[in-house]
Amino acid sequence: MNTPHHATALSADIQAVRLSKQLVLHPISLALQAGRWTAIVGPNGAGKSTLLRTLAGLQPCDGQIGLQGRPLNDWPAKERARALAWLGQSEAGADDLSALDVVMLGRLPHQAWLAPASPADHVAVEQAMTQTHCWAWKERTLAHLSGGERQRVLLARALAVQAPIVLMDEPLAHLDPPHQADWLCIVRELVKQGVTVVSVLHELNMALQADDLVVMAKGQVRHHGPAGAASSHAALQEVFDHRLKLFNVEGQWLAMPYTA
Amino acid sequence: MRPITLLFVLIVVTLVLQALGMAVGSTGWSPPWGDPTAMQIVWDIRAPRCAGAWLAGALLGLGGAIAQGLFRNPLADPYLLGSSSGAALGVAVLLALLGVSPVASAWSLRLGLTGAAFVGAVGAVSLTLILARGVQHTLRLLLAGVVVGVVLGALSALTMLMVPDIMRAMQAFMMGTTGFLGWNSVTILASTLVVSVLVAFGCSRALDALTLGDSAAISLGVRLAGVRMLLIAAMALATGAAVAQAGLISFVGLVAPHLVRSRVNTTNGPVLVLSALFGGVLLLGADIVARWVWAPQELPVGVLTAVLGGGYLLWRMNRGG
Repeated sequence: MNTPHHATALSADIQAVRLSKQLVLHPISLALQAGRWTAIVGPNGAGKSTLLRTLAGLQPCDGQIGLQGRPLNDWPAKERARALAWLGQSEAGADDLSALDVVMLGRLPHQAWLAPASPADHVAVEQAMTQTHCWAWKERTLAHLSGGERQRVLLARALAVQAPIVLMDEPLAHLDPPHQADWLCIVRELVKQGVTVVSVLHELNMALQADDLVVMAKGQVRHHGPAGAASSHAALQEVFDHRLKLFNVEGQWLAMPYTA
Repeated sequence: MRPITLLFVLIVVTLVLQALGMAVGSTGWSPPWGDPTAMQIVWDIRAPRCAGAWLAGALLGLGGAIAQGLFRNPLADPYLLGSSSGAALGVAVLLALLGVSPVASAWSLRLGLTGAAFVGAVGAVSLTLILARGVQHTLRLLLAGVVVGVVLGALSALTMLMVPDIMRAMQAFMMGTTGFLGWNSVTILASTLVVSVLVAFGCSRALDALTLGDSAAISLGVRLAGVRMLLIAAMALATGAAVAQAGLISFVGLVAPHLVRSRVNTTNGPVLVLSALFGGVLLLGADIVARWVWAPQELPVGVLTAVLGGGYLLWRMNRGG
């Protein structure tokens, strides 16, 4: 977490990404600054999740991804796992594991092979679970949790990695408004500590609270800039067919569907 | 129940069953004390049979736990990737080549059969891996396993049709039997169990990570292809050895991990070890019952495990599990 500010945390120089031979991402060049929260937005099928997966090294691509200035492929698996945490879209399964066991998995990159959890691991796990308010039912198995509760456990799992870069795909799925607000607080706290956060967000009103927006459409990045900038809003309007209305309410931008 | 409690219970039950198994024979309950002939029977026949049954069950239980963890499917069993049909084909081909010769040295025939079954089982899994073009896609692996199972099954059926004399021997193999287990088998089964438990336990953290899905596991630094390969190898080895020595024992591999998970909620490391122990207890228990209920007649143990295992699954299903 001691990445210097304004260094590039993640960079992408993508020529193409194909999913079962279909071109999903066109050439993309992107540099994400360290210590900022970037939200990737765009209409359905724009390639947001694919871009995030590519940035995380989970999706093979023509081109190169740079993690802290070093090609992603040059990173040893475990070291990379400590530098970059990933929270996928509705990660399924783990029904038989207790919430505590699941969050402890986030410490896997820090542990030697089959080594028992260290005091530092326990501290990180408790801290992450307290942050997402799931410490109270740490002994319950995931099968006995609701969708939102489960999502909070999975979020804690990603936080427990304590990586300087956190990528999240639709992290707000199943979360009710109070816990969406909690998520916002967590992200802001991370960014304050110098952590880089990149999230794909469906919920535009949440995305507009980010530091930066990456606006995508049809497999291309149409715009990358501060979330409050007029140019970013114009790009949003364009990719959503001008069917949005943006309001500034108490200093906060809100997007409403526009029917007329 | 805590994992350590279940471990303790299973070890105690194992010891009790071993003692019981030594004392149960074709004449029913017959304590061997004081009689040298009886002692001989116990040492040469009952003891290796009990140990072998437990070990074969343990291998199947372990194979089932690996399969269910790896494929994230509670219905996965150790025969999933075609090992059972491969073993059956190996036995059928060998029998057909030898012709039936009951008078021929039963011992060498037996050794040849276990070898053929083992080669068949491991060969079938390798074929599945080749057809699935590696281990990247679990769905492709499962489908390839189904295809291999069906095709090899058809080939065994064809072999039996062409050489009908082997049908009886094949039938015995398909039902599974613990009657032929000697000290040699015990040595083979025990060393296989040690190797495959160590490999599986070594990969258990990766299995835990895999419960969150492939992407999450990779993001946690798990080398997925390597881990899958190791686990499939351990599963093929465990299943191949068990099938080669004891025939196609059904349901033990499927039920043992379920029994463990219905009692303890824990990570894959303890589940793998406990499933092996539970599998051993199940098959040894079934073997003792098979020898006991009808003595001096003997029920094929595979029939018993199928009936009991099927009954258990039905019961769990109706309990709303």
